[in-house]
Amino acid sequence: MIIDHPLLGPRDSAEFTYLGDASLIDRPDGMAETAAEAFYAYQYLRDNPAGLHRELWYHEAGDRSWLVVTRDTVTHEIISVELARDVARARGRSR
Amino acid sequence: MRYSGFRVIKEALTGHKGWTPAWRDPEPQDHYDIVIIGGGGHGLATAYYLAKEFGQKKIAVLEKGWIGGGNVGRNTTIIRSNYLLNGNEPFYEFSLKLWEGLEQDFNYNAMVSQRGILNLIHSDAQRDAFIRRGNAMILNGADAELLSVDQIKARYPFLNVNDARFPIKGGLAQHRGGTVRHDAVAWGYARGADSRGVDIIQNCEVTGFRTRNGRCLGVETSRGFIGAGKVGCAVAGASSRLMAKAEMRLPLESHVLQAFVSEGLKPVLPGVITFGAGHFYCSQSDKGGLVFGGDLDGYNSYAQRGNLPVVEDVCEGGMAIFPMLGRARLLRMWGGIMDMSMDGSPIIDRTHIDGLYFNGGWCYGGFKATPASGFCFAHLLARDASHPMATAFRFDRFEKGLMIDEKGVGAQPNLH
Repeated sequence: MIIDHPLLGPRDSAEFTYLGDASLIDRPDGMAETAAEAFYAYQYLRDNPAGLHRELWYHEAGDRSWLVVTRDTVTHEIISVELARDVARARGRSR
Repeated sequence: MRYSGFRVIKEALTGHKGWTPAWRDPEPQDHYDIVIIGGGGHGLATAYYLAKEFGQKKIAVLEKGWIGGGNVGRNTTIIRSNYLLNGNEPFYEFSLKLWEGLEQDFNYNAMVSQRGILNLIHSDAQRDAFIRRGNAMILNGADAELLSVDQIKARYPFLNVNDARFPIKGGLAQHRGGTVRHDAVAWGYARGADSRGVDIIQNCEVTGFRTRNGRCLGVETSRGFIGAGKVGCAVAGASSRLMAKAEMRLPLESHVLQAFVSEGLKPVLPGVITFGAGHFYCSQSDKGGLVFGGDLDGYNSYAQRGNLPVVEDVCEGGMAIFPMLGRARLLRMWGGIMDMSMDGSPIIDRTHIDGLYFNGGWCYGGFKATPASGFCFAHLLARDASHPMATAFRFDRFEKGLMIDEKGVGAQPNLH
């Protein structure tokens, strides 16, 4: 697979390591009343869809940026690639 | 019809006119006591043991394609019980014991061959870990033997123990491990279940569950509604897709694992050998092909095919331990979809819906588990209680911190 890095252009996926579902950006509030259940779901449960999947890839052998890749898990086609930083900021995260 | 040597001779003398199909092709009935979703190894084994060991009647196995077309037809056929942890090792040893009596039990030649498995040791730390694992195996009634370099040289003279990039320092052998003809496992269980009255319904895809007041009443299928007292799901590889229809999110990711087979060769490789300095395992099939595999591709996939970086990695591992492999041509390569669970261990448990039961999360250890998985799932379905060998395989172990993490790598499915 070729991942079209927003800053570096097309890169071989072998340069990256894979973390998982992009929902891992949305870390729950550890101080909330329901923190235990929220962290259980965050850490262990996955939608695991057949089809479009937004997922986190780390450019370990490159610029060490985190990317959100939208990929079809049935065909391995990559639809879009964004910087995870931009995705997190768009969701109201400051860092 | 019972298969035997006498039967083969009789049929040979009478023009082979007496053979009948190994299983029927029945129309689905309106209602069954127990419906198993998934006509793979685990689903068929579950139906077989339900009928044979637990005296259940009116059982159906629903399969969306043809039986044995999923992971039971796409694996590297290895059986072993060389696990470390208490939740796993007794279960896999139970499975290996069932493999040992399987062919007589279901009267079908599954070519169970206990040719032995050898895990190679390349460092002192690895030796310590393997001694510990071997002791855990022995404590649970399995066999394990620590082999010295001289013993390995005597048994496997083609291995380069001194001058290789990763010299071999010993090995952990399980002589009762081996290989099985994988398709015959599905066929044997299917035939055994069918002969005891189980309806095996192919080309019947489950499209949803019908529930009322938290109780499962049956399944909607591409061939109409089928009512059921109990429904068991055994569709590893597609578990998340199926259970999403029951509004469940599972502690699983689906990953692709590739496997390879070379052209047929004369006998060169006795038993199964695993390389300890990389991830590579290899055996020789009875047809002569070297069957080998390695790591997952590492990303979520339902594609049943992988990509080239892992092909390169697996072949590098192969060349490091068996340089002779480089002279053989690759005949075929394929991918299977694994239910990779969050701790690398399976789940056989009830769900939040009464009458709906789940079997999955087999990661890439599903084939060797087939008999015990079927037996324990049948126990759960028939008696509504976990089989003693499978009590640890619960859904709530993640919530309660009771993970069975053989490698200790945490909730990262692509590392298990």
